[in-house]
Amino acid sequence: MEKRVTFKGIWLPLLLVLPQILITAVFFFYPAGQAIWQSLFIPDPFGLSMQWVGLGNFEYLLSDRYYRASFVTTAIFSILVTLVSMGVALYLAVLADRLIKGSGAYRTLLIWPYAVAPAVAGVLWLFMFNTRVGVVSWYLGQLGYDWNHVLNEGEAMGLVVVASAWGRISYNFLFFLAGLQAIPRSVIEAAAIDGARFWTRFRTIVWPLLSPTTFFLLVVNIIYAFFETFGVIHTITSGGPQQATTILVYKVYSDGFVGQDLGSSAAQSVILLVVVSILTIIQFKYIERRVHY
Amino acid sequence: MATLTLENVKKSFGKTDVIHGVSVDVQDGEFIVIVGPSGCGKSTLLRMVAGLEAVSSGDIQIGGRRVNDVEPMDRDIAMVFQNYALYPHMSVFDNMAYGLKIAKVPKPEIEERVRQAAKLLQLEPYLTRKPRELSGGQRQRVAMGRAIVRKPAVFLFDEPLSNLDAKLRVQMRLEIKALQRALGVTALYVTHDQVEAMTMADRMIVMNGGVADQIGAPLDVYANPATEFVAGFIGSPPTNFIDGAAVGQSGGHRVGVRPEHMQLVGAGAGRLDGRAAYCEALGAETLVHVKSATGTQITVRQDAGHPIPEEGSEVGMDWDRENEMPFNAEGKRL
Amino acid sequence: MAERSGMVEKRGLGLWLTHLGLIIGVLFIFFPIWLAFVASTVENQDIIRPPMPVWPGDQMIENYTNALVAGINAPVALMLFNSLVMALGIALGKIAISLLSAFAIVYFRFPFRQTFFWLIFLTLMLPVEVRIVPTYEVVANFGMLNSYSGLILPLVASATATFLFRQFFLTVPDELAEAARVDGARPMQFFFDILLPMSRTNIAALFVILFIYGWNQYLWPLLITTDPEMNTIVMGIKQMFPSGDDFAHWPTIMATSILAMVPPVIVVVGMQKLFIRGLVESEK
Repeated sequence: MEKRVTFKGIWLPLLLVLPQILITAVFFFYPAGQAIWQSLFIPDPFGLSMQWVGLGNFEYLLSDRYYRASFVTTAIFSILVTLVSMGVALYLAVLADRLIKGSGAYRTLLIWPYAVAPAVAGVLWLFMFNTRVGVVSWYLGQLGYDWNHVLNEGEAMGLVVVASAWGRISYNFLFFLAGLQAIPRSVIEAAAIDGARFWTRFRTIVWPLLSPTTFFLLVVNIIYAFFETFGVIHTITSGGPQQATTILVYKVYSDGFVGQDLGSSAAQSVILLVVVSILTIIQFKYIERRVHY
Repeated sequence: MATLTLENVKKSFGKTDVIHGVSVDVQDGEFIVIVGPSGCGKSTLLRMVAGLEAVSSGDIQIGGRRVNDVEPMDRDIAMVFQNYALYPHMSVFDNMAYGLKIAKVPKPEIEERVRQAAKLLQLEPYLTRKPRELSGGQRQRVAMGRAIVRKPAVFLFDEPLSNLDAKLRVQMRLEIKALQRALGVTALYVTHDQVEAMTMADRMIVMNGGVADQIGAPLDVYANPATEFVAGFIGSPPTNFIDGAAVGQSGGHRVGVRPEHMQLVGAGAGRLDGRAAYCEALGAETLVHVKSATGTQITVRQDAGHPIPEEGSEVGMDWDRENEMPFNAEGKRL
Repeated sequence: MAERSGMVEKRGLGLWLTHLGLIIGVLFIFFPIWLAFVASTVENQDIIRPPMPVWPGDQMIENYTNALVAGINAPVALMLFNSLVMALGIALGKIAISLLSAFAIVYFRFPFRQTFFWLIFLTLMLPVEVRIVPTYEVVANFGMLNSYSGLILPLVASATATFLFRQFFLTVPDELAEAARVDGARPMQFFFDILLPMSRTNIAALFVILFIYGWNQYLWPLLITTDPEMNTIVMGIKQMFPSGDDFAHWPTIMATSILAMVPPVIVVVGMQKLFIRGLVESEK
């Protein structure tokens, strides 16, 4: 799509795009280029010179047991976060959609955790499950269950998943509710007249009509789980125990800043870049389809 | 107030020519309507006069001054757009005053000119409203007001009435014409509606496929269409076209006869026979749609007093030779 | 919202079950925040001997004052201010440069226009997390560690807003720009007099989204603010935990957590309509 009318001039528009181009070049393209460039080198032990290794960093990474484990961890983590937050959100949205009055009030009550930073969400959940002072862990202890996410890998994963999903429910709830409210009442009423009970109606009519929203949220939530949950991981587990919650983004950070392994960190950045690109392409394909239909 | 001259004005987008050379001399105070079907280039022509499109070749002169490379605001024109193009966030007053503010007209004078225009257009009670709070007809008037306050030499109208309902359109048509007369300003008006063209124009330009097929006073154009296209486009119901050979017109490839110039006669008694397909009785007149033996659709317009033929009955059609409009194979009038 | 027919809607017991389900959901969402609030109003003694109380105590004013004025590494008031500067800087900065470049891309034809557009478009694909190490080096080389510009600029370098404004400008009728030209408006007059006022709602909606995005940043401030005085509140909370086995001072930490939530929550709830609109549009 293009404008029919345009203003004349070459210098003015160039001047107008200049700030964005400058900032993007300096803080985006240059670093991104550096990431790709550095991924082809390893620094010597004193950090004085760089040695060309081609795809060596990548070969090393892909054969590295920890890196592959981190991939698996990220996959499990993302799938769980997506399922939990979307499941709870869908459940609440379906309930709110059934109300004639009051769905707006529930929406107000449910949307604002969106404003809570992942890192703050992490602190809140850490507080509840803290092994020494946490309320939930204390009651679990009374019930005879010894909660310790500092040592137990499964419990650590469970906690970061719940904390990450918790903050995401608002977002998914909003989109699901909008999707549900966009389904014409007449369609559902027709099904009710046909004698379909709630569950049948949901399965055969609502769910299929909601599928564009669901698919969209699936992609967006996976991207969220991949990249925006760093704060949760860092505050609750710092990637532990035994790297059980070290997702890929966390590993870029810990190898690059804590471990000072620049070549490997850069190579990991490049791999992440590929992952985001694939996810983004899927998302755009989907948007294209939505526009056409 | 000024004359407007187009000299062999052409427009092409890349390799596609959309205007193939239009020339016209518009007198001071004249109301010119450019009429034609969509895609004929009429809006493009208007936009070139406005300075919103570049002229590919040829000259445009306003008041004797060549304006091809002059910015719109310096051409001494004002334009009324099809969708009015009112600034949605500004009040009626500000919409009308915007151009004057930019031109750094002193505040009291802006006030004065806007008030005057508002009075003329009966917009005084609405000056503080936003466009979305106005009806279609009122928005139309604001758009006119915005043009008036500039006191331009030439008014340009780009299908200004096409978003209004039928009744309002008739009313606004009269208002625009009256206003133009009162202000005595030269006007160029684009429409696809031939009724608007007929009723408003001092002279009209009938455009077809980027060519000005005919330029002339409405009744002249109606009576003497220069091309088959003009004959078919101007007039409602449209001119009937009959194969020249079928009615003994040796020279004409096709022959045009207006519906009102035809009479129904008994089968075999006229110059052409056919079967009455259906009749539309409109009260004062009746339109009889006939399918000729050769399959041509023909419309006959008769006054209410005449008997209406049975649908499906055989009828004959007759007309005077002097009302025939013969066209050659290229559609040119012979 | 359209009037709903009663046909498929639940009455009686069903209606109460629906409400019950929603209330359980709301409680689940609220519970962690309630606990944090309670913890911010009691003494540390009440917390480190579990179970902690379920109702607020009487230490609220002391705890919040202590956090705001003294904090643990730096006064929380200062961190709040840093967060505010960062969030406003990111939101306003991004909106300003995006408006300008979207205007240029939509309303002008100039060399490399398409190239610019695609370059900007590319940035949509890469979150800052992916390029942190080299970006850190750039910021360090500019001497922008522990500075507001270092906090803000790298996060302004993405094109979501440009893209949104471009989409919006494309829906603005061509005739408006033409009318403005006939009225004699220069490009920048058209931009400030017509386009900008027309974009108000979009700007506000985007501001809400970007403000929260900026406020909630964690990794980036963690990397570049080593000086506690420059910490933002969201990242500063984690710095309040003691290393080793010491007991954390929970009331201060929790008061800080609550303080970290308040501004973005006010923005979201106060501008709910704009927020939802911004959210839906920025994902289109």
